[in-house]
Amino acid sequence: MDSATSDRPAVRTPLGSSADNGLKIVVVGGFGVGKTTMVRSVSDIRPLNTEEIMTQAGQGIDDPSAVRGKTSTTVAFDFGRISLNAHTVLYLFGAPGQERFWFLWDRLFAGTLGAVVLVDTRRLADSWYAIDRLEHHGTPFIVARNDFGGPAHTAEQVREALDLSETIPLIDCDARSRASSKGVLITLVEHLHALSAASTASGTSTASATARKTTP
Amino acid sequence: MSRPGRDDDPDRLYTLTGGRSRAETDAFDLVTLVVSECEPATGMQSEHVRILRLCEHPTAVVEVAAHLNLPVSIVKILLSDLLALGRITARHPRMTAGAAQLPDTDLLEQVLVGLRNL
Repeated sequence: MDSATSDRPAVRTPLGSSADNGLKIVVVGGFGVGKTTMVRSVSDIRPLNTEEIMTQAGQGIDDPSAVRGKTSTTVAFDFGRISLNAHTVLYLFGAPGQERFWFLWDRLFAGTLGAVVLVDTRRLADSWYAIDRLEHHGTPFIVARNDFGGPAHTAEQVREALDLSETIPLIDCDARSRASSKGVLITLVEHLHALSAASTASGTSTASATARKTTP
Repeated sequence: MSRPGRDDDPDRLYTLTGGRSRAETDAFDLVTLVVSECEPATGMQSEHVRILRLCEHPTAVVEVAAHLNLPVSIVKILLSDLLALGRITARHPRMTAGAAQLPDTDLLEQVLVGLRNL
């Protein structure tokens, strides 16, 4: 997906001077599933790429001798930006679903509004880990099935393969299409709105209670 | 001749920050918007100069990191130095709920309006 971040000229488009509230939405998915394509489809700017350093200490190893001489590795991610109004800017992050990435989730994406899990129905197993981690972190999410023209599966088949609760929206999309990608974001925010309204009504502030499939 | 960047040895990166690997404060979110409060001056560290130029308009921490080609945590340290000196101001996200907390419906309605107008 490298090409997806480099085929437009690197012109900076500054935000207006009144911008003062940044929001985050994360698009999670396996390699090549179209995360950066989706970000590019709706972003006001050419997607940018950055990275964060993950040290062994960041993985919860307390013994400093265990990390001597070693080792930091980096996790790269792409992002784009949508100005929603004069004050509010939505940042969209394309995040790899690989295991090491989740060690950085809280540092990078605490306070995210929610997540889109982008899946390729030919490789559904690639999404299992991401879905599990989002549930673990209590991050509300929806699942969007990117159309790669593979064999058709019913929504029920996909739900079953992903062990996905009926309460979590599952939609089809074409990440190359601005309208379709915009629809995915709207579906996510409508889902968040419904969860938020429900939690306010029931007097609880936890999203996870309504978003999780299994309630203890 | 080489510029600090993502392929550098981490030791090289830490020289940019005086050996520190963590920002003193958790003041900066990825999407905290940074605004310069002064012009770059001679004698400033070159990364500080670049940040002050970038942030003439509000610029998120993650954008600063991408444009400087430096890891986010290194950029946060550079920013905390500039903040302590009053050379930048920081506009923090107003949605700061924890991982299990949902933003309020008013904010989400604003987001929906913005997205539908795209």
